[in-house]
Amino acid sequence: MVSRLVSANRAGKLPPVAEIAVAAMALIVIGGITLASRLPHPAPLPVLVALLAAAAVLVLLDVVLLARLRDFAWPLFFQVAKWTLLAYAVMYGILEFTFVYDHVTGSTLAVLTLMLVVFAVDIPVLFGFSVARYATPGPAKADSQAS
Amino acid sequence: MADLLVTAPSRPKIQIVPVRGLPIVAVVLAGLVATIASNKLWPLEFYHVVGGGMWTALDLFLGLVIGPILAKMPVAARAEFSARFMPKMLIIMPTLVTMTLASGWQLARLVGNLEIGYPKHWWLTASFIVVGVMAVIAIGVLEPANIAVLFEMRKPEPDGEVIAKLMRRFVYTAGITGVMQIATLVIMTRLASW
Repeated sequence: MVSRLVSANRAGKLPPVAEIAVAAMALIVIGGITLASRLPHPAPLPVLVALLAAAAVLVLLDVVLLARLRDFAWPLFFQVAKWTLLAYAVMYGILEFTFVYDHVTGSTLAVLTLMLVVFAVDIPVLFGFSVARYATPGPAKADSQAS
Repeated sequence: MADLLVTAPSRPKIQIVPVRGLPIVAVVLAGLVATIASNKLWPLEFYHVVGGGMWTALDLFLGLVIGPILAKMPVAARAEFSARFMPKMLIIMPTLVTMTLASGWQLARLVGNLEIGYPKHWWLTASFIVVGVMAVIAIGVLEPANIAVLFEMRKPEPDGEVIAKLMRRFVYTAGITGVMQIATLVIMTRLASW
């Protein structure tokens, strides 16, 4: 099955997109824990907004770093990112439904929703990059054995 | 992702997402939404206990039993195993995690666990932290490695070094989440004893 044990590892030349994406994810998770740990008291909004903003900046940085890449398997990246977004949108939908169902309103709901939006960009970027970094730049199916 | 199905005479079919499993996932998630909307004790407990029990057992088994066995297998054997095993995990784990967390949150609201003050509330906070760390490890490291291995194996000439590296990452992170599930067991049985 593994026909070759020689690596053409291009990963070393790529920017730390995955590491930044994981850091952004960690900030969102810390925000969620902070919010949940304070219940039933009101959420500490300045802390949550700061964590959200920091995560958003990291995701934006990831997008900028990715946009500067030329020699990259973009079709494969978008193929994976697209399906990841679809899968996670279902999960985010259930979470958002739970928030609304539980009468979470106002600024808390806005922050939670924005956290999910940041996640919705972050995770597909992470998954797409994690796969495309090992692929040969070119069409999505170039690396498959369909031919 | 059905178009990702690839066949070859000498290698197993590698389907990134097992399409036949998706209707089951849809039924489970629809049941989850109905359960949350009903806000009744038994369905919420059912979803939380069944989902959480399966999630914990799978993590423990994968991290502490399958993982060490995989780590000692040759790369080619690991790849063969992964080609059949990982696609299934790709739909099983997110489904279990979603049903456990969403129903657990609603259950905690229903029985009033979230209203409990500190120091008892620390048990809840500890559970949030454990789940948060596991989520970062699973979504940030384990799952991308899982998907990348599958895509690597679909290539006409898979890179053994890349597969070995990603599988190592998968095995280590599965071990960490397995150990963390022991903390989950302690916390959850404690909460259930209140």
